Amino acid sequence: MEVGTSRVKRGMAEMQKGGVIMDVINAEQAKIAEEAGAVAVMALERVPADIRAAGGVARMADPTIIEEVMSAVSIPVMAKARIGHFVEAKVLESLGVDYIDESEVLTPADDKFHINKKEFTVPFVNGARDLGEALRRIAEGASMIRTKGEPGTGNVVEAVKHQRTMQAQIRKVQMMSEDELVFEAKSLGAPLDLLLEVRKLGKLPVVNFAAGGIATPADAALMMYLGSDGVFVGSGIFKSENPAKTARAIVQATTHYQDYKLIAELSKNLGTPMKGIELSTLAENERMAERGW
Amino acid sequence: MRIGVLALQGAISEHLASLQRAGADEAVPVKRKDDLQGLDGLILPGGESTTIGKLMNQYDLLDPIREMAQAGVPMFGTCAGLILLANRIDGQDWVHLGVMDIFANRNSFGRQRESFETDITISGLEGKAFRAVFIRAPHIIETGKDVEVLAVVNERIVAARQGHLLATAFHPELTGDIRLHQYFLDLVKNAQ
Repeated sequence: MEVGTSRVKRGMAEMQKGGVIMDVINAEQAKIAEEAGAVAVMALERVPADIRAAGGVARMADPTIIEEVMSAVSIPVMAKARIGHFVEAKVLESLGVDYIDESEVLTPADDKFHINKKEFTVPFVNGARDLGEALRRIAEGASMIRTKGEPGTGNVVEAVKHQRTMQAQIRKVQMMSEDELVFEAKSLGAPLDLLLEVRKLGKLPVVNFAAGGIATPADAALMMYLGSDGVFVGSGIFKSENPAKTARAIVQATTHYQDYKLIAELSKNLGTPMKGIELSTLAENERMAERGW
Repeated sequence: MRIGVLALQGAISEHLASLQRAGADEAVPVKRKDDLQGLDGLILPGGESTTIGKLMNQYDLLDPIREMAQAGVPMFGTCAGLILLANRIDGQDWVHLGVMDIFANRNSFGRQRESFETDITISGLEGKAFRAVFIRAPHIIETGKDVEVLAVVNERIVAARQGHLLATAFHPELTGDIRLHQYFLDLVKNAQ
C-alpha cells in the first residue's frame, strides 16, 4: 500500500471538480457550508477580507480552529500555510488536514522559494497568475492549481485575467513545435517536460480551480465558463447578508454554469453581497496576487 | 449502447474517457432528468457524496434514477457512487438511492493522509492485478444475500456486485486500466 503518491494526491483534487470550496472560520460556518453542498472547506482564523482589514503579518490559523472544523464536518478540510513556511505545512499535515494551500493570502515566509511539496503525504494547492507560475508550482509538487485572483476584494476581474491568461498560453503551447517550446520554457520560466505534457493534454496536468474575488453565483458560473474545474469562494459567502442562501446558490450555479435561467433564479433576493473593492484603489503593496515567485 | 455519467460534481471526464476506450458507443454526461432518457447504463462517479446527494435531491434526480435501477438498468458506483447506491450507511439514518443491499461506511480508511494505491485481485477479472486508487475511500461493512463480493483489501470489502449493480470503493477511472469499465459494459449488454 503506497500513500502520498502523485496519483493519490492529484486524484483527491479530481474528486473536487465541479465543486465549490468555501472559507470558514468556525464549526458553525463549516456546517452551513457542508449543508449548502460545499465539496470542501478551508479552515481559517480570518477570511481574506478581514486579513486585509487587519493588516500586519498573517500566519497559519490556530490549530484549535482547524481541529474544531475537522470534527464538525465529514467533507475534506483544507488549511493555509505561508509561502515557503515548511514548518507550518508540516504542522498542518500532522493535524490531518486533507489539503494544504500554500497561500499568498498569508504573509510570505520566504522571499525566494516555495515549499518542496514533494516531501509531503498531504497534497498542496497553489495559486498562479499564468502558465509559467502554475508549472513552477507543479514542478515543486503542487497537486492542484487555482488562480490567485485578488483575494478579499469581492472583485472577480483578476481571477478572470489569470484564468484567461493561462488558457491562452495553453492554446499557444499546443500550436508550438518542440524547438519553439524550448524557448517558450525559457520565457515562461517553466520546466520543458511539463510544457510538453501541457501540449499533449491541452490542459494543466492537475486540476485547475478559480479563486480570488468570486462573490456571486454569476461570478462562479463565469469562472467555470472560462475553463475552471471548480471554484474557491473566500469572503464572498460569510461576508454576504445571507450566507446559507448565497452558498447554496453558488454551488448550484457552479454545477449548472450554462443554465442562465437558473442562475437568474438563484441570484434573486440574495440580500447585499460583500461590498468589494475596486482594484484601482488598491496600492501595489496591498495586492496579494503579487506574492509568490 | 448509450451510457450516462452522473455529472453533478466529481471525476466525470475520466469516466467518460474510460467508457469510450472500453468501447461504449456513446458516453454522455447527465445533469438533468431529461438526460436520463434512453440510457442503457449509468455511472455514479467519485466526488463528494454529500454534495452529489444534495444536488440529486435539488434537481429531482433521486426518484427517476432509483426507478431506473429498480427496472434493471445497470449502474456502476465508484467511491461516492458506492455511497449513493447503498441501502444502509453507517452513522446516518438516511440514504440516497438505497437500491443496493450493502451496508456502507464512509471515509473508512481515514483522511487524505491515509489515502493510498495498491494492487488488488478482483474476482471475474482476468490477467494482472488491478491497480486500485483509494481516496478518502468508503468500504462495505456487510453485504446482503444477493450480493457477490468481488474484492477485499485489509479484510474490508471494496468491490461488490448485485445483479446489474456494481460498486467499488476505489477509482478505476484514475488509472489507465479499463477492465472494470469493460466488465460494466458486459453487464449492460447482458441486460439488453
